[in-house]
Amino acid sequence: MPAPDSASKIPVTVLTGYLGAGKTTLLNRILSEPHGKKFAVIVNEFGEIGIDNDLVVNADEEVFEMNNGCICCTVRGDLVRIIDGLMRRKGKFDAIIVETTGLADPAPVAQTFFMDEAVGAKTKLDAVVTVADAKWLADRLKDAPEAKNQIAFADVILVNKTDLVTPEELGALEARIRGLNPYARLHRTQRAKIDINEVLGRNAFDLDRILDIEPSFLDSDEHHHDHGHGHHHHGNGLKHYHDEEMQSVSIKTDKPLNPDKFFPWIQDLVAKDGPNILRCKGILSFKDDAERFVFQGVHMILDGDHQRPWRADEKRDSRIVFIGRNLSEEKIRQGFESCIA
Amino acid sequence: MSDTPARIPSLADRARRIDVGAPIVGLHFLGGTAVFVLGEEELLFVSEAEHRVPAHAGAILASASDGTRIITGGDDGMVGETSPDGEHRILATDEKKRWIDNVAMGPDDAIAWSAGKTAYVRTKKGELRTFEAASTVAGLCFLPKGFRLAIAHYNGASLWFPNAAGAQPERLEWKGSHLGITVSPDGKFLVTTMQEPTLHGWRLVDAKHMRMSGYSARVRSLSWSADGEFLATSGSEQLILWPFDGKDGPMGRQPTILARAESRVVVVACHPRQPVVAVGYADGAVRLVRVEDDALILAREADGQPVSALGWNETGQTLAFGTESGDARVLAL
Repeated sequence: MPAPDSASKIPVTVLTGYLGAGKTTLLNRILSEPHGKKFAVIVNEFGEIGIDNDLVVNADEEVFEMNNGCICCTVRGDLVRIIDGLMRRKGKFDAIIVETTGLADPAPVAQTFFMDEAVGAKTKLDAVVTVADAKWLADRLKDAPEAKNQIAFADVILVNKTDLVTPEELGALEARIRGLNPYARLHRTQRAKIDINEVLGRNAFDLDRILDIEPSFLDSDEHHHDHGHGHHHHGNGLKHYHDEEMQSVSIKTDKPLNPDKFFPWIQDLVAKDGPNILRCKGILSFKDDAERFVFQGVHMILDGDHQRPWRADEKRDSRIVFIGRNLSEEKIRQGFESCIA
Repeated sequence: MSDTPARIPSLADRARRIDVGAPIVGLHFLGGTAVFVLGEEELLFVSEAEHRVPAHAGAILASASDGTRIITGGDDGMVGETSPDGEHRILATDEKKRWIDNVAMGPDDAIAWSAGKTAYVRTKKGELRTFEAASTVAGLCFLPKGFRLAIAHYNGASLWFPNAAGAQPERLEWKGSHLGITVSPDGKFLVTTMQEPTLHGWRLVDAKHMRMSGYSARVRSLSWSADGEFLATSGSEQLILWPFDGKDGPMGRQPTILARAESRVVVVACHPRQPVVAVGYADGAVRLVRVEDDALILAREADGQPVSALGWNETGQTLAFGTESGDARVLAL
């Protein structure tokens, strides 16, 4: 697909988080910082947001099934309409922020940018940012599937209200989050205080930005000086909390793959297990192919392309990662390994 | 560009050009005046001279015209009316300042609009009727006969008699998100555009379904031919015409495919008298296509600006078109 110039597309950041976690606080912080940017903000309730320079649009969060027999292919119908309307005012804002309700599943929002050609031509999904309540998230992960979805789906997670928990509680919570999603950037915050560059302009869905797929550890995060003593999980010593239902599966091989085997396999996998796969990502080395192939996906939607030539000093490993529920690691591993050329 | 005709006759350099400096989202003719609807705030009147009429305090989201006036809906929550001499007045204001997503004009000077899930009809006498849909109203159009409004929404369409107090609207069911809506000039068929690249249709006498698919993109532009015998549609790298000449419409029949190109058709407008269709493409080209033999005339050269508005005057002697980047042109034939 000849992608229209990605730089000219308006970036869209999706803010999720369970009720009371601090989404609106983060949103107000983003809007009120002196960054000189203008935003169009799509919210579910007017009220606590009142920034004169920005466009605020009320949304109804209508999740529509696509008529293709696939139950996980859903879009936010209201977003299709609102973005079409907003683009008439192109030039009046630099970016769009979508705040979802506390009970929302981020997938339909994300899928809207891949399923609707008109939306995808004008805007690009930048990242899904999830705000988590340090005190209550552990409870919500037990009783609210929405909260688990929001953590597993996220590209950036703010563990907010860290002042309300002990360092031990915080460490346990972060291990729990890592068990669900080892790849998101994780930040500790109080009153959602964060450098907005950690939240906006992440390019998390941009194929060109898939550099490496390594778990993101806390010690790579320099933005929690208030908890300088709290680094008790270092590097490989991270204690994984294995969620019984939601997990990530990561598989690597140093042998080149056969594209004629790989593409049918992955398409079949997401066609069958798509409802259970929240996110996937991969960097692939195909036999007799001088270029890296990268892909990413949301449920059944896959987006992939050649990215750039492999560098001489680079190890030509192929690596794929899935985050989802009830995934069979063994089945995925066998399938992936059967694609080796 | 191997697919496109090597040399087709061109009228492109005969068009009058106006650099609008703002995206063009709609086009109507009021008598001999071409009126371009801009993405924000204004209507641009182009006759001998040009002048701009302020209509909304923000984006203009929808517009409709019957040739005597233009109705617009904006993100300022206003429904406005603009007359041929450029007089503008507010017809309605949404009490919650919601976006006016759709407008339509009907018989007896009635108008309709929608905001969120609510559809409104205002009769000539100024009486207001409302209808609450189960989901956001995505499209509106009046039926050609009787005082009846067709409403597109999630999982189908509703047919509503605004003057029949208390009567339940007739529901036409089909799973999925229905966006645009149109009724054939003879009132026999209703067609919706869907979120998927497909159309859905119903024969109104028996609600029999028609599926029209094969598009490469969501269909965003529909136009009925002057005789009502076919429906011209965008959404593919060719002009797709569905036959509606028999009692079964397109059921079990193939569409006519004309004006093939490498670029996608984004706007279509049938000539008001002749079997000719003006076709606007995503690459900026506008071509006139004769239905009978696929003969083409170029009206605007491809320059990369997607065509966003296209229309004929009442007699079909003038064609006007505009682009997303604000290039407006009027071509007298």
